[in-house]
Amino acid sequence: MEFGNMEQTLEKNLPEYLRKKAAWVRRETLLIHKTAPETRIASSLSAVEIFVVLYYGKILKFDASNINWEGRDRFIISKGHGAICFYPILADLGYFDKKELQNVCREGTFLGGIPDSIIPGFETINGSLGHGPGVACGIALALKRKNRQETVFALIGDGELNEGSVWEAIMFAGEHKLDNLILILDNNRVCMLDYCKNILDLDPVEEKFRAFRWDAWRVDGHDVVQVHDTLSALKAQRNGKPKLLVADTIKGKGVASLETDSLSHIKTLKPAEIDRILEETA
Amino acid sequence: MTVEIKTMRDVFIEEIYNRMHEDETIFFLCADFGSPKLDALREKFKDRFINVGIAEQNLINVATGLALEGYTVYAYAIAPFLTMRAFEQIRINLSLHAQLKEININLVGVGAGLSYDVSGPTHHCLEDLSIMRTLPHMVVFSPSDWTQAKQFVDYSIKVKKPKYLRFDGKPVAQIYSDPGSVSFDLGFSELQAGESVCLVSTGYMTQKALSLAKKLARENIHIGLVDVFLLKPLNESALYDVLNKYSRVITLEEAFINKGGLDSLVSTVLRKRNSGIRLISLGFDDTYVFDIGSREYLHKLNHVDEDSIMETIKKTIMEI
Repeated sequence: MEFGNMEQTLEKNLPEYLRKKAAWVRRETLLIHKTAPETRIASSLSAVEIFVVLYYGKILKFDASNINWEGRDRFIISKGHGAICFYPILADLGYFDKKELQNVCREGTFLGGIPDSIIPGFETINGSLGHGPGVACGIALALKRKNRQETVFALIGDGELNEGSVWEAIMFAGEHKLDNLILILDNNRVCMLDYCKNILDLDPVEEKFRAFRWDAWRVDGHDVVQVHDTLSALKAQRNGKPKLLVADTIKGKGVASLETDSLSHIKTLKPAEIDRILEETA
Repeated sequence: MTVEIKTMRDVFIEEIYNRMHEDETIFFLCADFGSPKLDALREKFKDRFINVGIAEQNLINVATGLALEGYTVYAYAIAPFLTMRAFEQIRINLSLHAQLKEININLVGVGAGLSYDVSGPTHHCLEDLSIMRTLPHMVVFSPSDWTQAKQFVDYSIKVKKPKYLRFDGKPVAQIYSDPGSVSFDLGFSELQAGESVCLVSTGYMTQKALSLAKKLARENIHIGLVDVFLLKPLNESALYDVLNKYSRVITLEEAFINKGGLDSLVSTVLRKRNSGIRLISLGFDDTYVFDIGSREYLHKLNHVDEDSIMETIKKTIMEI
């Protein structure tokens, strides 16, 4: 499959718009982490461009004023702990008041350290890994049986691939030709205690999916143009195969001390460090 | 009433098959587990039947996705694998979701207690009542005969919650008349009133309770019999009103005791009301069953055969 000249498929000013949005989301995510150090900052920073492209790049169909709109594309966020960067996006799009972003993890809020479907915009319960792909399969199957055209997106982490339930879902999706399912792999290469390759090395991961009758693509997960154009093309293609998009990302992207740390998953940034980063990137 | 002997799963699946003709929102999944009656269903409804393979975790997760999109889902598998292999999937995707939205998933588990007697402890299912009862928003159905299973079909479609259906693996005799003889609002049925002792049972053990109660009656011992078929939700105060007529209550279940099953349920009902009724639990102690033999043989080894139960009842009466 050829996507042509990627820059040309986007509206002329969209790449710049997406990059600016990504920079803004990164800053907002750091600000959330500053007041809610319980949040997983490194895991959230790797997925920023993926969320930004889906929601601001006209990939995902949604209606913030009607969250259960039947015509929406479904987005299952299986790596829930890494979705803190989704909070500012949802607030920006009107799913809830932006003021709520100051209350993450505080008493009485609905914005926890790991999001659940008590938050408008989240479809499922998140926090335990390995559930999203199977649930996404069920949704994709339901949409097919109802002859509906919406697409099911699911976001998982590379460490999450260790869960056996994920492979049960991968086998199922290939067997049942769920071509309305796009699995986005936030391939940030780091688990909690080490680099993923030092625990269970799954490279080349695309080959494993292809063996189970999936189409698989790999992009730079921080390049909004590549992410956008590939997702856009994958969404349009109904060829009897579920799709994997491996988004090569950097855990802790944008924070030098996290980017090179194999323990970044469990690292908390101090408020002064966050202030310094925000100043440098202002 | 002519007493017919039938298998719960066959009666249930046949009725679901009938409903699927008119109700297009029903989806039937299985984890490579069959039944003679399932053959017609999977032949007729190829688009709404899927064998997900030997993959109970994915069975639950796919069921969840379908239910989130509005389908009424039946997920069918061997009871211990369904409830224990995939317990976290059930906890997160059924129980937790059910607190936030309507989700109608019916876990149809076959092989209650020691139904699969000679298959050994992997196939025995003695933990399911307690572990499924522990889950908020989970309906726990433990029928004692096939007419209850059949009558549950309506409930399973109308009540849009996650449910666990604990079916026996063997054909069982008819206890209730059919249809409309079972009150799911109550969750239990007083099969007969007695004098000082009431035997409260669930599932296959209710069959035994009826049989031994007849034998005791011939010895002029008249016990009360209560069949609890809906462990959750259950009308506790109505159950208390029945039990309060007795001075001793004996619970009987083909499950581990002192761990949260039927005995725990009854104990809670009594304790909450400061009842002085003495409670005795019969069932399986804190040990797995590796012995090989028929269900009756295994019951005898574990002191839940009819003779042992009758002995307990007589001893209890003597002590009053």
